[in-house]
Amino acid sequence: MYVNHKRIAFETIVIKEIRRFSRIWVQTLVPPAITIALYFVIFGNLVGRRVGEMGGFQYMEFIVPGLIMMSVIQNSYSNVVSSFFSQKFQRSIEELLVSPVPNYVILTGFVVGGMARGLAVGAIVTTLSLFFADIQIAHPVITVTVILLTSVVFSLAGFINAVYANSFDDISIVPTFVLTPLIYLGGVFYSTQMLPPFWQAVSALNPIFYMVNTFRYGFLGSSDVDVIWAFLILGVFAVSLYGGCLWLLRHGTGIRF
Amino acid sequence: MKTAISIKNLRKTYDNGFEALKGISLEVEQGDFFALLGPNGAGKSTTIGVISTLVNRSAGEVEVFGRNVDTHVYETKLDLGVVPQEVNFNLFERVEDIVITQAGYYGLPRTLAKERSDKYLRQLGLWDKRRDRSRSLSGGMKRRLMIARALVHEPRLLILDEPTAGVDIELRRSMWDFLIELNGQGTTIILTTHYLEEAEQLCRNIAIIDNGAIVENTSMKSLLAEIDSQVFVLDVLKADLPKAALCLKDFDARTLDDQSIEVTVRRGGSINAVFAQLENAGVVVTSMRNKTNRLEQLFINKLTGSE
Repeated sequence: MYVNHKRIAFETIVIKEIRRFSRIWVQTLVPPAITIALYFVIFGNLVGRRVGEMGGFQYMEFIVPGLIMMSVIQNSYSNVVSSFFSQKFQRSIEELLVSPVPNYVILTGFVVGGMARGLAVGAIVTTLSLFFADIQIAHPVITVTVILLTSVVFSLAGFINAVYANSFDDISIVPTFVLTPLIYLGGVFYSTQMLPPFWQAVSALNPIFYMVNTFRYGFLGSSDVDVIWAFLILGVFAVSLYGGCLWLLRHGTGIRF
Repeated sequence: MKTAISIKNLRKTYDNGFEALKGISLEVEQGDFFALLGPNGAGKSTTIGVISTLVNRSAGEVEVFGRNVDTHVYETKLDLGVVPQEVNFNLFERVEDIVITQAGYYGLPRTLAKERSDKYLRQLGLWDKRRDRSRSLSGGMKRRLMIARALVHEPRLLILDEPTAGVDIELRRSMWDFLIELNGQGTTIILTTHYLEEAEQLCRNIAIIDNGAIVENTSMKSLLAEIDSQVFVLDVLKADLPKAALCLKDFDARTLDDQSIEVTVRRGGSINAVFAQLENAGVVVTSMRNKTNRLEQLFINKLTGSE
């Protein structure tokens, strides 16, 4: 396929994905905004006043980066998993599979679609947070890089979930029983330095812990993790998940029979 | 004549162990209107799935316009348009968006995609529905939308998997006209259908597949020449019926009711002889029809013979 044709195909997939989640904005953009606003009010404002400081910052300032990251992770993941699975379920994915679009263009298109929703929700949540906290960004490059990489990683993870899913139950199992616990235990609401050494070691096995803390470092300039190490982990996850997704597409797992 | 599709020793065994294709070989010439017939579960859709890469084959080779589908993925897919048996577009998208998006997958710039979408939506009678959500379309319109979508990149080979299933007669006829015109413009068409009359009307060559194997592959003309006899039902004026019965006494004929006569014409015989006899006797024939579809009888014979 010629480069220009690939570009058009890629743009088509991305536009289709953005159009999909924009069309159902009441289901895709509003609920996370309301949920996170409630977090800000209840945890940040009401409970946070009693908590005082966390990791050397006001509790509200401390949780803002984590909540932004949480919304980006959940929405990047859920966009790709629901979109790809719906297309599998309706068999409209066949439109793409019979066309000459290379697998990597298909995958990148879905990932960028997931990133678009994740980042759109992230932007909404960041805007909301301005009503509750005085946000300063200590390291803008790190902040942007880590959020982009995290969004890529969870879009890819959502893609794998969708490939293996056989029912709508299958696309909610991983977010409910895996993703949410990992996010909550990844230091969104607390500093792991508060934990006993054993639980600190357990937290270190959670990849989301590195993403949340690196993002927090970008905002506050303070983190529980080594930022270089965190980027390395993110990079390894992104590359291996991308390779894994391409392998699944090439073998037609879940989509070709 | 160059081949549009060449299939060699194609085999497909699904994960559950079902052997859908047992080494079929088939060639379809460029510009042909080809029928692939077979009962449910015979392997028609699997064959189409393998050609369009939606089904992974277990063994064999497929070439589209002389190019191997494995080594020339881009070119072969560009040459191919597929209309599946079941609706497979997003029911929440607008009609026009479905066609334009498909054009985008083939690398067509937006303006050209819009032009082509307009062209085929008009030709297929969907122009007034272009801004509607696709779920609001009737069954026939959904099938036409899938044809428009398959044609938007103007492929040289169009494969239609039962395109007129569940479509009313009027619409079916208009789709036939459209497909005949398309074939006349040079597009090779492969058609699977349950309506044997459709295959007889449209197709020049035919393959019958049963139980994963090709049981017949010949021209429609040759196949129809195998028919031993044809049964015609002639409607005559009520007053002429006794005369008609009398004058056809040397033919294999019998009266059905007070104005219909059934006549069996053996291979080598001619219906003209029947008409000549009736005309001589001054019998007015008001209408005539085949009692059974000719191809249908052959189809059943072939399938019975293959068992």
